Amino acid sequence: MLSTEEIDEIEKAISLVPVRKAAGIEALKIVQEHRRWVSDESLREVAAYMRMSPEELDSIATFYNMIFRRPVGRHVILVCDSISCWVMGYENILAHLSSRLGVKLGQTTKDDRFTLLPNCCLGTCDCAPALMIDHDLYRNLTTERLDEILAKYE
Amino acid sequence: MERPLTQHIRADQRPLTLKEYEKVGGYEAVRKMLKGMTPKAVTDLVKESNLKGRGGAGFGTGMKWSFVSLDAPNPKYLIANADEMEPGTFKDRILLECTPHQLLEGMIVAAFAIQADISYVYLRWAYKTASTAITTAIAEAYEAGYLGKNILGSGYDLDMHLHTGVGRYMCGEETALLNSLEGKRATPRAKPPFPQVSGLFGKPTIVNNVETLCCLPHIVNKGSDWFKALSLTTDAGTKIYGVSGKVKRPGAWELPMGVTMRELIEEHAGGMQDGLKFRGALPGGASTDFLVEQHLDVKMDYASVAAAGSRLGTGTLVILDDKTCPVGFVKNLEHFFAQESCGFCTPCREGLPWVEKILAAIDRGEGRMEDLKLLEFHTKYLGPGNTFCAFAPGAMEPLQSALKYFRDDFEKHIHEKVCTYQTVMA
Repeated sequence: MLSTEEIDEIEKAISLVPVRKAAGIEALKIVQEHRRWVSDESLREVAAYMRMSPEELDSIATFYNMIFRRPVGRHVILVCDSISCWVMGYENILAHLSSRLGVKLGQTTKDDRFTLLPNCCLGTCDCAPALMIDHDLYRNLTTERLDEILAKYE
Repeated sequence: MERPLTQHIRADQRPLTLKEYEKVGGYEAVRKMLKGMTPKAVTDLVKESNLKGRGGAGFGTGMKWSFVSLDAPNPKYLIANADEMEPGTFKDRILLECTPHQLLEGMIVAAFAIQADISYVYLRWAYKTASTAITTAIAEAYEAGYLGKNILGSGYDLDMHLHTGVGRYMCGEETALLNSLEGKRATPRAKPPFPQVSGLFGKPTIVNNVETLCCLPHIVNKGSDWFKALSLTTDAGTKIYGVSGKVKRPGAWELPMGVTMRELIEEHAGGMQDGLKFRGALPGGASTDFLVEQHLDVKMDYASVAAAGSRLGTGTLVILDDKTCPVGFVKNLEHFFAQESCGFCTPCREGLPWVEKILAAIDRGEGRMEDLKLLEFHTKYLGPGNTFCAFAPGAMEPLQSALKYFRDDFEKHIHEKVCTYQTVMA
C-alpha cells in the first residue's frame, strides 16, 4: 500500500503535468526515496495508482539508471568510471573499495551498509577521480582518503 | 579580457543570491527586453550575434528559435538542457552551481523570444548542489516578479519548474529529453516534425544548452557586435573551455572563442604533469575524434576543429598522455557508449557491445589482426546515416581516430599479446 505521504507527493507531481502518465517517473522516484528501492510489489502499487500496466511502468523503471529494481544497502556508492576518472586512477579506487567492503560492483555488503555501483561521468572531471555516496560528492580521491570517507556512513 | 558568463563567480563558488545578482546588473536584460523589444527583435538580435549552441552540435540559436511560429497557440515550452553527462564535460555544472540567476534570466529571454509560457530546467540527478541553487533561484525570481503572471507589468507570463532526471546519457539528446519529460523511456524521436513544431506534449518547444542560455542576457544588454568582438574567430562569443587528465592544473576557464588547444593545455592547465608527454586529446567530450600533436595550434572554434577532423563538441578537452594506454582509453569510452545506448535501433544496440568486446579482447592481449578490420567495419556501419540518431556515430568518432593515430598501439597489443602499458606500470 502506498503511504499517505507517498500519495501526497505523487499527487503533487501529477498536478504539474498535463498527462497523468507523465508523472510516472516522478512517482517511482518518490517511492524509491521512501523505500530505498522499487520491488515488484512497489512497482505494481505505483502502476495501479498511475493507471498504467505494471509492464509499461517497468519498461520505464528499468530504462533509467537511478531507479533501483533490486535491493540496495543503506548507502549507495556510485563510483565514476568515465574517461577522466579512468585516466586519473579509477581502477585503484575501485580495487580499494572492493577489498575494504568485500564486494564487487553491483553487490551489497553483508551488513547491508553499502551497495557499490558504477556510474557515468559525474561532471567533475577536473577533480578526478570522483564518487558519490548517497547525495554527497567526493572528489580528488586517494585510497588513503577513502577509509576516512567510508567511516562517515553508518 | 572580458568574461561575461563567469566574471561574478565567487572564489568559494557559493551561488549569487537574487540581490547580489541584481547588484551586478542582473535582470537588466529582462527589463530592457520587456520594456522595448518585440519577440522577433530578440530573435533577430540573437541571430545577428551568431551565437551557436554550446551543447555540442553548434547550431545557430536564433535560427533554431525562428522555426517556432509566434502565432501558434499556447502552451509553448522552453527547456534548459542541464543534463550534462558527456564524459569529460564539466562546464555547465559551474554555471548551474555558481550563477543560477544568470541561467534563469537567459531562459526568460529565450522564452520571451518564442513566446513560451512554461519553462523547465532539465537537471541531471547527480547535480545536487545545482539543484539547491536552482530551486532557491526560481523561488526568488517568482518572489521578485521575474517569473509568474504579468512579469514586471509587461503582460508577459512565464512559469518555470525544475525537473531532475533519473540518469541516462540519452536524455541529453533533445527529443529523447522530451520523451523523458513526458514520463517515457528516453528514446529519440523521428524528425520531422521538429520540436519547434511538435515538441513536449506535442507543443512547440525549444531546448537550449545551459551555457548557450547564459550568453543571452549579455547579448541583450550589450548587443550583437560586442558579442562577436569577444571572439578571436568568426564563431562569436566566449567559450567555457576545460581540461582534464594528467595535466598540472586541470580546470575550466571562460576564454575568447578560438584560443588554441596549445594555449589551453600549456598556459591554462599548466602543461603536462612532470614526466609525461601529450599524445592526444578529445577536444569536446567522449563523442569527438582525437586530435594529436600536429593539431595543437588548431583554434578551438566550430569551423577550425571541424577542419582538423573533429568537433568542438562541449569544448572540454580530455587529455591522453604517453603513459596511458590508448586501447584502454578507447575501451573505456566504448564501454560507456555500449551501456548508455538506448537500445531503440539495432545497429547501435548490437554494434556497440560488439565493439566493446573486441576492444576488451585486444586490451587483454587476445586480439587478432582481423579485429582491426572489424572495428573499422563498425566505424562505417555505425556512422552517420546508418542509425536512428547521432549517438552511435558519436561513439565511433574516438574509435575511428584512435585507429588512425594510435594504430601501432593496437597492433602491438595484438602481436605481443599483452598491454605493455600495464607492464610498465607494474
